[in-house]
Amino acid sequence: MAPLAAVLATTHHPFYYAATTAPVEKQIPQAAEWKRKVEAYRETLTQARPDILVMVGADHFHQFFLDNYPAFLIGKAPRYDATFYNEEREFGIPKYILEGHEELSRYMHSRLMDKGFDFSSSYELKIDHSIICPIITTRPKADLPIVPIYTNIFVPPLPSPARFWQLGRAIREIIDEFPSDKRIAAVGSGHLSLELGGPRQFGESGPDPEFDLKAIEWLSSGNIEAILENVTLESMARCGNATHGFMDLILMMGIAGPIKADYVDDLDLYHTREAYLTWYPHGATA
Amino acid sequence: MSKYYVNKFMYTVDRDPALLQRYKEDARSFVTHWEQNIGPKLNDVEFTSVNSFTPRERDALINHDYVALFEMGAHFFLSLTLFVALYGEEWAEKSGPLSFQHEFAAKLNHWLGRDYPTVAL
Repeated sequence: MAPLAAVLATTHHPFYYAATTAPVEKQIPQAAEWKRKVEAYRETLTQARPDILVMVGADHFHQFFLDNYPAFLIGKAPRYDATFYNEEREFGIPKYILEGHEELSRYMHSRLMDKGFDFSSSYELKIDHSIICPIITTRPKADLPIVPIYTNIFVPPLPSPARFWQLGRAIREIIDEFPSDKRIAAVGSGHLSLELGGPRQFGESGPDPEFDLKAIEWLSSGNIEAILENVTLESMARCGNATHGFMDLILMMGIAGPIKADYVDDLDLYHTREAYLTWYPHGATA
Repeated sequence: MSKYYVNKFMYTVDRDPALLQRYKEDARSFVTHWEQNIGPKLNDVEFTSVNSFTPRERDALINHDYVALFEMGAHFFLSLTLFVALYGEEWAEKSGPLSFQHEFAAKLNHWLGRDYPTVAL
């Protein structure tokens, strides 16, 4: 009966760290506003006083490749190194070591299997920027044990949006059932519309600003019906070839439930729009 | 055609600074080296013999031809990160931040409004 302290669904923009730590004269014009918004968002996690973080992301071909790419995977290690050589090279993201929470990892894996989610697992997992970016933005001290969960948003055929929602619902039940008084927060990162390696990449905004605004509205109102009516694997591809990362935000809403978000913010940036949502399913002060 | 093998090339090279350097300096001889020594490796001991490049794939890799690779359905993430590693910095110094990423996009402009070649294998 672990208390679910907060659920955070955030985009991850791997350039945030470099953009906000560069000398001021080299920063992009939105850097100060970006930093302000991120620090305000961080406060939504801090005030939930979490003891453990369940982190949701997706490996960007750092540890996993097409010879063996899991649909869903859970880390079960006592510790996790983070940040690969090519992420340091491209984004300037520092290295981290995060503590794991083996007990919750074991419990989560076993209960997910019971509920029909046949997860892969890893006892030697190195974390990539899909998890380290939200650590940098929401918990830069990196001082809490994590349970990392990876999803496949890259290698077709992908699980469906409905499956991501159902997985979120299952994770919620498991957190609620976990026999502990530790406060658990779930923090997951994904994308709104996004293009990588295609003609709409690195534009002045995301590739589909109209989708982005609708997506934020659906998430902030807990409107899973509208998402499942409007969002398919094909429709996401039309919004930008890497838009499928939106499904990790659907998963996070699944952990919260079909309820209004308690905190919603966004920022229109080059390349992609940022979105920051937080739910307190048991109330902000519970 | 072996999209898998093209992706394996990009995956193995992007993650290794020494291989990246060789691919940048002499793509033709490096691609041959890769096909003989790296592509077939399953691990340090085991090899597989089932994959090979088509001539078009080999040419696209030798020519750093990210447009052809996109059109063959090579994975967009691997292609972006690999070619940014090869060209991002020198373009940024010459033409400003993200100029190579913009050039990459512009060269694929003829795909706007169309369904892209699938990356599915």
